[in-house]
Amino acid sequence: MGTFQIDFGEERKSKIVGIDLGTTNSLIAYTDLTKPRIIEDPEGRKIVPSIVSLDTDGRLIAGEEARALLLTNPERTVYSVKRLMGRGVDDVAAEVKLFPFRIAEGSESVIKLQLGDRTFTPPEISAAVLRQLRDNAEAALGTPVREAVITVPAYFNDAQRQATKDAGRLAGLDVLRLVNEPTAAALAYGLDKRKEGIIAIYDFGGGTFDISILRLHDGIFEVLATNGDTHLGGDDIDNLLLQIALEDVQSEWGVDLARDTEGVQRLRRAVIQAKEELSFVPDATIELEYDGKRYSRAFNRELLERLIAPIIERTLEPCRACLADAKLTVEQIDEVVLVGGSTRIPLVRSAVERLFKAKPHTELNPDEVVALGAAVQAGILSGDVEDKLLLDVTPLSLGIETMGGVVSKLIHRNSTIPASATETFTTAVDGQRNVLIHVLQGERELVKDNRSLARFDLKDLNPLPAGLTRIEVRFLIDANGILNVTARDARTGKEQSIEVKPSYGLSDESVEAMIRESEEKAEEDLRERQLREVRVEADSILAATEKAQRNNAWLTLTKEEQAAVETAKRELLTVYHGSDHHVIHARMDALNAATLKLAENMVNTAVGNALKGTKID
Amino acid sequence: MSTFTRDFYHFFGIDRKLSLNEGDLQKRFYELSRQWHPDRFTRKSLEEQQEALNATSVLNDGYRTLRDPIKRAEYLLTEEGFPIGEQRSRDVPPELLEEVFDLNMALEELKGGDEDARPQLESARRNFTNMRAEIDSDLQKLFAVYDASDAQSAAAKQALHEIRGLLNRRRYVENLIRDVDRALAPSNTQTVEDRL
Repeated sequence: MGTFQIDFGEERKSKIVGIDLGTTNSLIAYTDLTKPRIIEDPEGRKIVPSIVSLDTDGRLIAGEEARALLLTNPERTVYSVKRLMGRGVDDVAAEVKLFPFRIAEGSESVIKLQLGDRTFTPPEISAAVLRQLRDNAEAALGTPVREAVITVPAYFNDAQRQATKDAGRLAGLDVLRLVNEPTAAALAYGLDKRKEGIIAIYDFGGGTFDISILRLHDGIFEVLATNGDTHLGGDDIDNLLLQIALEDVQSEWGVDLARDTEGVQRLRRAVIQAKEELSFVPDATIELEYDGKRYSRAFNRELLERLIAPIIERTLEPCRACLADAKLTVEQIDEVVLVGGSTRIPLVRSAVERLFKAKPHTELNPDEVVALGAAVQAGILSGDVEDKLLLDVTPLSLGIETMGGVVSKLIHRNSTIPASATETFTTAVDGQRNVLIHVLQGERELVKDNRSLARFDLKDLNPLPAGLTRIEVRFLIDANGILNVTARDARTGKEQSIEVKPSYGLSDESVEAMIRESEEKAEEDLRERQLREVRVEADSILAATEKAQRNNAWLTLTKEEQAAVETAKRELLTVYHGSDHHVIHARMDALNAATLKLAENMVNTAVGNALKGTKID
Repeated sequence: MSTFTRDFYHFFGIDRKLSLNEGDLQKRFYELSRQWHPDRFTRKSLEEQQEALNATSVLNDGYRTLRDPIKRAEYLLTEEGFPIGEQRSRDVPPELLEEVFDLNMALEELKGGDEDARPQLESARRNFTNMRAEIDSDLQKLFAVYDASDAQSAAAKQALHEIRGLLNRRRYVENLIRDVDRALAPSNTQTVEDRL
């Protein structure tokens, strides 16, 4: 009913959401007037599995729907793609053995995954998850969602961050900030109620591990140091257990289930279920019924702990390194916070407690806390949250290649970002027209042991005698942890053009091309969405009308007026499931017009009652 | 590129002294962070966002430099026309020649598997650490001399000259300590980076 709708105007337009784009699961949240909240999908589910499948119409679908397809349509479905973000084929050789990633031919600096007869890059896959989250948010909030804060593992390098940002762009989101997952968790915990203190955040998720140590000071969250492993998580535990179960099945059934994509996914699910149960009870069973055969294996916590102890041990070394970098001892840590689904494992909790000699915080749901923190950061950016401020650091040192394949460090790890360094480059031979700068990330001395980020080509230099041209290059790591490079001629002050060749990941041009392509596809997606949106609106108008019909004002209408409302209602309902949103809109407008008098009378009755002093509903 | 001066002292609004109160500096850092952090400029124009980004990078770079007494001194020296770095670590300070010679022998022996060199290296390490402590205490005195005199005075210039000598010496000693540490603790420290 049009006249009852309140126009929120400007306010409705600019909702910044917070997104936890996880290896296994993803969530979206926003901050309302009081506090951050997770946004549910229309079925009331908070978690969107980070699983993507190519449906028969050639569209990527994500979440629960894709999870079902992982079993029935495994060769068109992919999960844990976060492990491939910003990486090259050589990097992921180990991963490919353990995960059913189908790397397509022609994957060089950018990995392409084969889904059915098509190929997609990891950012395109992640974008499908982001789109699903965005759709859920738009349906729940009833407003367009265009701006987001997305979380990344603190230990993500430049290429991995850039790939995440690309995924956001491909999903039609303006990524206003990338926030490190452990820092987001600190924001969500509202630990700033304590005015001063040192906090350690231990974040053990599906595919990544991070440790961050922060100093709290009057609402300022200052990260002192961070460390981690971007390829260590609950996935590794699953793979370990799966290998054992596969051998078990092989000896019992005499079948190599590893060759059967559906069978292996079913067994994987059974293994994960048993693993999760063992966090709460001492005994569980891995059970699989498949292809007319049955496998059942009793499993207990003690055995699980013996198997996974080495994996958990691998998280402790980064913790010690992080403490050393923060120049702190264990005794100086005031509080410890656990984040990520894998911290539900009792052995993880006891290991953390032993290391930090403190009982860790577990009050908030470890699956939700990162998304909630992202929503708090969204509130900081929108200006709604004024008392908090996050000062994060870069996890890895940044350097350039110098003579003899040695790295010269320009910005050290754990420097507060934004951080910058300026270097002057000069020509070595007469008439030299360009200078190539190779930028790397990592802690090692030699180029070959560090991560190549990009090559920056300073082009079109004035051909002068050697050494005369001097170019000042400024390396700036922004608040997202992403490198920006600018250069100028030291003599003339003129901006110097640079061509960037990223070592891994997509060039700006190919992201643009993908966006254009998806925009074409987006037209049908848009129709789909408009349809869904208009139905949501129709629902609320129909509900309002029915409510009004129970109001006394309904009786003030003439028989004809009442009949007109009924007709308009029926007509809206007949087109409700149709495929043209314009038609539904038109019928909605008709219903609005037909109920205009009813609305007026309701207001008048209400005013009348109020004057009489009677309380109305 | 930016309208921001890279003068860290000026940006923090503090006197150009070699000794400073680190608590006050931290407080100032937090105040300026609240004022300039890019998070506060999301809804502002692109120019203002760029200005905030530049300002915050100067702030962070400045805080990193000023809160560390050695980096702070190196920075001020460079600003005052006493650039360090030419003789950084190449030339052995003459008074250390003999010790460095013995040290290199011991380092070679340990590398060759001779564990007998270990005690000698440990004693050398103690020796160098003491040396560094002495340098630090001499630096403190010279910082006070500089801070007490007019920045343009001959006394101030003389202090800076001496500080430069000490800083170069300190850097040299620091590198020796690092070499000994590496030799004594075989590299299991690289495992974290190896996983990259």
